Amino acid sequence: MSTLAIPSGLEALPLACALCGAAHTAARPTASCAECLGPLEVTYPQDRTLPDRDTIAARPLSLWRYAEWLPFLGEPVAARQVGWTPLLEVPRVARALGVGRAWLKADALSSVSLSFKDRVVAMAINAVQAFGLEAIACASTGNLANAVAAAAAREGIPAWIFVPEDLEQAKLVGTLVYGPRLVRVRGTYDDVNRLCAQLADEYAWGIANVNLRAYYGEGSKTMAFEIAEQLGWRQPTAVVAPMAGGSLVTKLHKGFGEFRAAGLVDGPRPRIYGAQASGCAPIVRLFERGEGQIIPERPATIARSLAIGNPADGRQAAEVLRTSGGGAAHVDDAAILDGIRELASLTGLFGESAAGVTYASAKQLAARGAFSPDDEVVLCITGNGLKTAESLAGDLSGVPVIPPRLRDVAALLSA
Amino acid sequence: MPVPIHLPSALAAQTGGLRQHLGDGHTVGAVLDDLVARFPAVGPRLRDEHGEPYPFVTVYLNDEDIRLSDGFATTVCEGDEIVIVPAVAGG
Repeated sequence: MSTLAIPSGLEALPLACALCGAAHTAARPTASCAECLGPLEVTYPQDRTLPDRDTIAARPLSLWRYAEWLPFLGEPVAARQVGWTPLLEVPRVARALGVGRAWLKADALSSVSLSFKDRVVAMAINAVQAFGLEAIACASTGNLANAVAAAAAREGIPAWIFVPEDLEQAKLVGTLVYGPRLVRVRGTYDDVNRLCAQLADEYAWGIANVNLRAYYGEGSKTMAFEIAEQLGWRQPTAVVAPMAGGSLVTKLHKGFGEFRAAGLVDGPRPRIYGAQASGCAPIVRLFERGEGQIIPERPATIARSLAIGNPADGRQAAEVLRTSGGGAAHVDDAAILDGIRELASLTGLFGESAAGVTYASAKQLAARGAFSPDDEVVLCITGNGLKTAESLAGDLSGVPVIPPRLRDVAALLSA
Repeated sequence: MPVPIHLPSALAAQTGGLRQHLGDGHTVGAVLDDLVARFPAVGPRLRDEHGEPYPFVTVYLNDEDIRLSDGFATTVCEGDEIVIVPAVAGG
């Protein structure tokens, strides 16, 4: 295996199996436990010193201000400016949901690739460097492709990006422009994912969401950390987030829990609500059944970034929704498009189809009585609407086209 | 009817390093049973104590997750391939 010579003391923390507890001792990361094939998770040093509020507040405005909760020892060598996206208060959304206050966690504005995947890729690209792997790769529904390709370009690391053939054009172009090896696979995301799991066995690549997954996933916790700090070191009462593989809701819950355990915030953890498209809602349906395993689905939805029919973290996600006192909702494609439009018109933020899922689901949950007038709700807006703008292209048919004359504008005014 | 089974490296310790096996049978379950007959240690990695698939181990017949068909009862045909993949990826 060839390696990249990185003059760094960066060290990736060890892994252990989340199911059987076996320590993972191999020199290079693998996707699963050698004992039971269960998922691996990062083992943090028990004796680490955690920072207080003032120490964190004095650090640079990136997700690395929470380094003690991230899976490395030493300074990061890449993606040092990722994170600290705006938390936008949105009173018109609060009124629409019938809650006390509402905010958008605007990862649609994330640097550098306009989705929350910048957070997880910040972990993956540093893991690639720490292990000296020869390339970074991923299976993606689009946003991860953009984030991996951008981060790899900046570091000069070869990237292999595998996506379903039918992704939105903006996500394909917005990946290819960075110069990776982009491969469109005939099939669904789940087919791409299976292929990448097999690739991880064959090549010395760091596949962000396969053999680097334990590191990668920890990046999502920083969304919870930022929400708590941006609210003035306190927690919202409820969070609504989209679900694809299910990792984000589990990491939000974990992140709020870690901040409570460190004494940085107090009170109960927020209720977590998960949102999916009706055309691919295996986690919501597991939540509604109340027990058992994920039943895989064949995705059929415009929300391609959420179109994972066999979600790896689905069972844990449903468990978090239950134990946090939250809930779940799914919405059809028409509601998703209405959700994108209404969210934009009420907040000035153009979210992608997953944002439409999140907002429309929040409204459905509100109509079902999930929220109270005292609630303080954060909606996680995980991707930018420009990436899925083609889903709204039909709206242009209602836009007037006029000659450049005053009387034609006057005619519009009187119409 | 012999059907090739492709195993992930994580299971190679249970098969003496072997990553491919030609199993005999008319269903996915029967073909896997043939593998387990030769390598008994791999059995508990493929099915839980109730004989059901684990959530973290996905079995594909050709490109199809067997849970989208009839699970271990899914019929196999001449030319089919079975691929076993640890299902911890995604997201």
